[in-house]
This record gives sequence, C-alpha cells and structure tokens, in this order.
Amino acid sequence: MNGNWTLFKRNLSEFWKSFRRNKLGLLGGFLVLTAVLVAAFAPVLTPYSPKDIVRDENGRGLTFTPPSIHGPLGTDDAGHDVWSQLVFGARISLMVGFMAGFIAMFVGSLFGIMAGYFGGGIDNLLMRITDILLVIPDLPLMLILVATLRQMDLNISPLSVLIVVIGLLYWTSTARLIRSQVLTIKERQFVARARAIGAGHGHIIRKHILPQIMPLIVANTVLILSTAILVESGLAFLGLGDPTQPSWGTMLNFAFDRSAVTNGAWWFFLPPGLAIVWVTLGCVLLGNVLEEMLNPRLTAHHLEGDQNMVMIPAPEAK
Amino acid sequence: MNRRDFLLRKLGLSLVTIFVVVIINFVLFRVLPGDPVRSVIGRNVRISAETQQALRAQFGLDKPIFPDQFFNTLGQWARGNLGVSWSLRRPVSEVLMSKLWNTVLLIGLGQMLSIIFGVILGLLAGWKRKTAIDVGALTFSLIAWAIPTFWLGIILLAAGSTWLGLPTGGIVSPANTGKPLYTVLPDLARHLILPTFTLTILYLGEYMLIMRSSILEVLSEDYILTAKAKGMSHWQVLWKHALKNAMLPIVTLIALNLGFTVSGAIYIETVFSYDGLGKLFETALTKQDYPLLQGAFLLLAVSVIIANMAADVLYAALDPRVKEA
Repeated sequence: MNGNWTLFKRNLSEFWKSFRRNKLGLLGGFLVLTAVLVAAFAPVLTPYSPKDIVRDENGRGLTFTPPSIHGPLGTDDAGHDVWSQLVFGARISLMVGFMAGFIAMFVGSLFGIMAGYFGGGIDNLLMRITDILLVIPDLPLMLILVATLRQMDLNISPLSVLIVVIGLLYWTSTARLIRSQVLTIKERQFVARARAIGAGHGHIIRKHILPQIMPLIVANTVLILSTAILVESGLAFLGLGDPTQPSWGTMLNFAFDRSAVTNGAWWFFLPPGLAIVWVTLGCVLLGNVLEEMLNPRLTAHHLEGDQNMVMIPAPEAK
Repeated sequence: MNRRDFLLRKLGLSLVTIFVVVIINFVLFRVLPGDPVRSVIGRNVRISAETQQALRAQFGLDKPIFPDQFFNTLGQWARGNLGVSWSLRRPVSEVLMSKLWNTVLLIGLGQMLSIIFGVILGLLAGWKRKTAIDVGALTFSLIAWAIPTFWLGIILLAAGSTWLGLPTGGIVSPANTGKPLYTVLPDLARHLILPTFTLTILYLGEYMLIMRSSILEVLSEDYILTAKAKGMSHWQVLWKHALKNAMLPIVTLIALNLGFTVSGAIYIETVFSYDGLGKLFETALTKQDYPLLQGAFLLLAVSVIIANMAADVLYAALDPRVKEA
C-alpha cells in the first residue's frame, strides 16, 4: 500500500513537471480554476444577493445603470446587481455542466468498456446508436425533449431536466474513444496472462483495463465539460433554464428579451458571454493538453505499478 | 466492401434513423399530459360532450395507440399532413413551407462563404505550417469554437446596428413586408449582412481545421514530391495536385455539419428575428405549440438525414478508394 502511494506521488510530480512546461495547459488550468473558485466563494465576492434590487438614496430602483455609476458591472433592467448575478450564475452554469458532463462520462465509459471488452451484440448496438445520434440534429432534438419533459408532471426541476438531457446525448464520442482503447488493451500480453491464470472479467476490467484508460477518461471528461457548459448556455438562452436560478445562459436570455442590446446596456450582455468563453476555452485547452499527455496512444504510460514504461501501439496505422 | 454494399448500408442506416426520429416524434407527442382534443379546441369549453366524443372518433383517438393510432399518424405524416398549429391556426406543413426558403437562403449563403474562406485559409495554414498564419488560424478556430453562437450574434447585432447603422432584425424593412423578395433585393441584402457574417464566422473554423489537416496529409504524399521534382512551382503543385485531393473531406463535412448548421440557424434566426424555420422553432417552443414543434423537428431531422445520405453517395462517386478493395 505504502509502495503504491509513493509511486503515485512520484507519478504525480512527474506529471506536474511536464504539465508545468505546457503554457497552453497552464492557461487552461488557470481559467477553469478561477471560475471554480469564483463559484465556490460567490457570497464573499459580492455584497448583494442576485435577487437584491439596488436602490439610490431616494429608494428608487436603479435600472440599466452603467458601471460608471454602480460598480463593477452596473445593474440590469430590474435593478439587480449584474456582478452578483454573474458570480452566482457561475454556480448554476458550472453545476449543470459538471453534472451533465459526469453523466456523459459515466454512461460513455461504461458503454465503451462493455463494447470494447465484450464486443459482439453490445458493440454493434453501441455503434448503431452512435451512428443514429450523429445524424439527428442535436439542438432540435434536445429542445423537443426538454420541452416535453418539462410539460409532463414528473416533479423534477428544470435544471435536472437540462442535466439529464445533455448528459444522455453527449456520451457517444466518449464511448467510441474508450471502446477503441479497450480493444487494443485487451489484446495485450498481461491481459492474456491474467486470463490464463483464471482472472474473471470483472477482475480484468477493474485491475488491468480501468487503470490504463482512466487518464483518457479524465481528459475526455474535461473536454465534454466544455460542450456541456456551451450547450446549457444555449438551451438557457432559448428560455429553457430555470428563471429562479439564473445561469449565464439565462442571464443572456433576460438581457436579450429585455432589450439590453437596443438600450446599449453592454455591461448586461457582455460579461455572461465572456464568462462562458472563459470556462469553455479553459476546458478545451486543459482537456487537449491532458489528452496529449495522458493518451497512451501518444506516449509511454507510467501509471501501472510493475508494468510501468509500457508502450502501447496505436490500434491502427493512420 | 464494394460501392453497392457501401451505399446499401448507408441507405439502410438512413431509413433506420428516420424511423427512430418518427418514433421519438410520435412518443413525445403522446406522453404529454392532457387530451389532444382538448388542446385542439383550445379554451372553448362549451363544446358538448357528444361533439368532443365525435372529434375523438374523427381523429381516431378512441382507438388503441398501437397499432391503430401509430400507423394512422404515420400515414398522415407520409402524406405531408402534420396537423394544425395551435398558435397560428394554420396547417403546420403550410407554415413550414412558407419559412423554408428564407432559412435555405441564410444557411446557403453562410455555408458558401465559410467554405470558400475556410478552404483558402486552411490551405494557407497547412502550407505555411507553424508560421504566424497557421498559429493565427488555429487560435481563431479555437476561439470560434468556444464562443456561444447566440452571443456572437448579439455582439455583432449590437456593434453592427450602432456603428454601421445596419438593421437590428427581420428579413426586410417593415415597409417592404409582404412584397416578393426579389423586388426588394437591396433591402434584403442589408438585412442579411449580420446574420450571414455570424454564420460564416461560426462555420469557418471547422472547415479551416479540416482543410489544414487534409492538406498536410496530402502534401506528405509521394506524388507531391514528384510534382516538385518536375520543377513545378509551389502554387502549381497546390492548385493542380494538392487542392483537389484535399477537398474530399470537405464534401462529407458539409453534410455531417448540417445538424450543426441547423442549430446555428435556430440561435441566429432568434437573435436577428429572421423569419425562417429556426425562429419558427423558437416561437413554437415559447408558445408551447406542440404540433408546430413536432412538425418542425420532423422536417429538420429528415432533411439532415437525407443530406447525409446524399453526401455519402457523393463521396462514393468522388473517392475512387470506395470503389476498389
């Protein structure tokens, strides 16, 4: 146990050493980390609650007030403080993104491992589902799904509907990636040896396959996260968010519907979009760098105890 | 796999996908709470119980959902009868057809411009790999990917209407509403500038990336070396040998992108109040006009599926490698 732990620490510090040299990866990590910190410390960062109405000394609500009068980001059409909306909106956007991304990652990995490891019918099923989902236009499909689910008396919150629909539509690319990786790993010597000495499927998947593909899953999850946050913002912009818990997309929906654009209230419609770009760009940069560093198809692999420094060949020559 | 098998397989997959779309459409419509007849007559509660019963019988709602109602609906859809829009009180297919060409115009323009610029920029980026052009092109496509479509539209709308005096929405000015579009072309063009520009930026990045990686692959082939050895200039090699082969992936990308294109149209038509299918979809969504929503989804999904199949046919015709083996 102790040996594994020191090995893990050594691997982690080696990983950090090479990650530190990658400027784009560091930038991505910085962007994601700041967004997460802002979401975590939202109440500390602003004196207002997002539902408070900012008033002048006569008690009148300040509507569409520019940042020069009410800092740092002015007020919206109803007199809410835009900065506090933005800071609390980070919580909603990130939460929906993380949870939808997690569902997609979980379903995709599970399906990918099963399809790659067992092959046959389940593999066929996976490939056909992916083929079909690839062709059906995703936004219209999500819109009618969300609209119908919200109309049914299912007693689930609007945000949960978004999470489930996004999560259950964006798992196929993960599944295909994992599948192809599992296909190559299961043909390797150590899996054949484990099977020869009587290891069961569960044992082989847990002890030999999962540790090899885990880094890939992590990198892929970060990439899916960016998609999930972008998609959530779009659905919320089209009015499918939860107006009582505004995300950045919901803020943009409000700003657009309440004519912030024609009023020239740039402080209302620029910041939420910048925040979305901040996070998605961060996730893409981080995810790409992680994938480059961790994808066993591209580099040697150091995470397995006795089998470290194993080169895994590309499954098919490109 | 020879060409016939390839095409048959793609045809089969398209049919299965259309079937899945039809099932989704049918099931979603049925799980909605409330009585469909109730929603058709709207808030007019004075219709007697007998009349309601007669209406139910007329729509076949007294029969079991499967197989009677299912196949009945299927037959209706196949004949182009998509029901009546609740909010507009007009047949759904008629409403859809009236908006279709506006969307085709917008998407067509955006796709054309982004393909032209995407191919040129991708070619330059791949040719001058690791120079400022290449890094700039990659950065651009990365940022274009991370920007939400609708937000880009909002920014361009704000900037274009404030600084350039361009219209803030619609397809023609209010004074020209209802006139045939070809009689008011200058006005139409002014209204098309901003949404087309947004769409072009949105699609450009991906075409550029594909073209770049495709040209890189082609440029490493032996026949390029041969052409160079014959003493052809770089431009001649690019134009005569590289471009044609590198364009092949673009063909499939155009069709594969159509789903993505449709999403872009929904966002951009909403932002620019452009009177097309995307805006219609958004309106149907806010008004909870389910027949319209289902009809629009069916039309969009089936067109995308058919376009994908067309791309596969085209690909098989263009790529000699599909024929062999």
